[in-house]
Amino acid sequence: MSTERSGRVRMMQGNQACAEGAIAAGCRFFAGYPITPSSEIAESLSVILPRLGGKFIQMEDEIASMGAIIGASLTGLKTMTATSGPGFSLKQENIGYASMAEVPCVIVNVMRGGPSTGMPTLPAQMDVQQARWGSHGDRGVIALTAKSAQETYEQTIRAFNLAEKYMTPVILLLDEITGHTTERVIIPEASELEIIDRKRPQEDPSDYLPYRMTDECIPVLAPFGTGYRYNVTGLCHKETGFPTNDSKEIECLVERLSRKIEMYEDDIIRCNEIMLDDAKIGVFAYGSVARTAKEAVRMCREEGIKVGLLEPTVLWPFPEKAVLAMAKKVKAIVVPELNLGQMAREVSLASQCRVPVHKLSRVDGNPIPPSQLADRIREVV
Amino acid sequence: MFDYLRYIRQENFPHIWCSGCGDGIVLKAFIRAIEKLGLSQDETVLVSGIGCSSRTPGYVDINTLHTTHGRALAFATGVKVANPDLKVVVVTGDGDATAIGGNHFIHAARRNIDLTVLLYNNYIYGMTGGQCSPTTPRGANASTAQHGNLEPPFNISGLAIAAGASFVARGDAYNVKKLEGLIEKALQRKGFSLVEVVSPCPTAFGRRNKMASPVKMMEHLRDSVVSVEKWEKMTEEERKGKFRTGILRDVERPEFTAEYAKLIERMKPEE
Repeated sequence: MSTERSGRVRMMQGNQACAEGAIAAGCRFFAGYPITPSSEIAESLSVILPRLGGKFIQMEDEIASMGAIIGASLTGLKTMTATSGPGFSLKQENIGYASMAEVPCVIVNVMRGGPSTGMPTLPAQMDVQQARWGSHGDRGVIALTAKSAQETYEQTIRAFNLAEKYMTPVILLLDEITGHTTERVIIPEASELEIIDRKRPQEDPSDYLPYRMTDECIPVLAPFGTGYRYNVTGLCHKETGFPTNDSKEIECLVERLSRKIEMYEDDIIRCNEIMLDDAKIGVFAYGSVARTAKEAVRMCREEGIKVGLLEPTVLWPFPEKAVLAMAKKVKAIVVPELNLGQMAREVSLASQCRVPVHKLSRVDGNPIPPSQLADRIREVV
Repeated sequence: MFDYLRYIRQENFPHIWCSGCGDGIVLKAFIRAIEKLGLSQDETVLVSGIGCSSRTPGYVDINTLHTTHGRALAFATGVKVANPDLKVVVVTGDGDATAIGGNHFIHAARRNIDLTVLLYNNYIYGMTGGQCSPTTPRGANASTAQHGNLEPPFNISGLAIAAGASFVARGDAYNVKKLEGLIEKALQRKGFSLVEVVSPCPTAFGRRNKMASPVKMMEHLRDSVVSVEKWEKMTEEERKGKFRTGILRDVERPEFTAEYAKLIERMKPEE
């Protein structure tokens, strides 16, 4: 854990840190439905939000929770929901709606094992591809991850900032280990946090176009009730927000929904690099597995094996440039994951077949211990 | 004289509805009701799901939100809870609200959240081509019930009452003045207020059920409607093939956003 941070020190689990991060980011509306292992996020916010004049509502199902946070966001509030695998599946249609209508909101998925009901109380990372492709249609997606309670706090704030900045739903992928591990979190002073709020229209309502095509590619949506009357729909729409069947207008919209994320990749993507400079073996790890990886790298370095770690804190858009740069330096890449290789595929693609990519998959509900990853690294050497 | 144009988005006309459809009639009754009550266009939000009726928001010059199939009430709940000062109205249909969105319908009624719901009941999925819905009468024909519908229909108003809605009324597209009054009342009530509007669909329902012409459908509607007052005096035999219109429930129950406001008040730190 970094020693540079200053602030109040508290003990809390990742799920609680997520709730605290949301509040710090300005979240004032949460809708959710009970599901293990994410329920503590809803429970924490049900206590905190009313005290701040914010709104908490337990909806009748996962789909309703997703709908409610979109509706609430359109009134100008920062909104969030939290769930796990099966609930994440149920939310997908409305997540796509939020992408299409460009409504900022945050969806937390504390991943557990699947498929189906799977392993409700055990960790996994099986939803990383669902986060990218779970909803139908082409669209850009932002998905973050975190490996500790501290990072969960920080990444929750970042998720809100990116949602507000790029007018899009942002997904935060935690896993059961991160969500349920109680550890030290340093809460900074509010004045030290960078908080981004969505833009408000400056023009007169008579000149307002909610989905105006600009070079920035990001719309400015006025909160309902502020005098800017417009239409929001999941249908392909023109700049006014009304449905269109014009092929030019449709193409403009659909391309923009991907381009508006792609063109800002350098601002969105972030990776930590640990001992990669002289590495001959590169490890690509994210979420709680990145902690395993850091320890395994230390163990192997003690034996004189030149191994380093690339740890993305943003999974989508995928950090292609960082992976390619690593592939140019190392002889092999190892990808430990709590799934059967969902991100290893992406690493292979991004490394353009320059080096072999070795998987280390674990899907039995157990975390990968550092010794197991160290063994895999030794095999590859 | 009503100033319809003030509330209409003329640039989006002609509308998508077939001739003989009841949706335009309900739209007009709704506009008259909001004008009569003087509701602010800036502070009213119209939320819909998917289907013919759910295309209404495109034609009304207020804040409009056209959502996913069945989910209008979930989105509307978010809007209303987030900003209780907004007047939130939901437009939906029999399939949208009581099949795919059935869960949201009963829970919004149970919560008694301050939403006014105009539910156009035309006994059919019109937009997708006439498939049977939860209100298609038993024995009626639909594109997915070409040998006659085997299933019994929902009584939508009864469902809302059982779930806890504080205001429930049924109107129809033939008795327009009465419908307008019911919508006006529903908009004034604090709580979940439903107006079920029985509305003709000659294209998707009528053609398959010996009422191909709009006039025939309207006549059928006229002959089926009985006022709640008259209904009470009728025998079971006389009620066959008829349905009642009017106010079916009008009570006071705690409303969700008002209760939430009290919670916030209670949570305020003491001075």
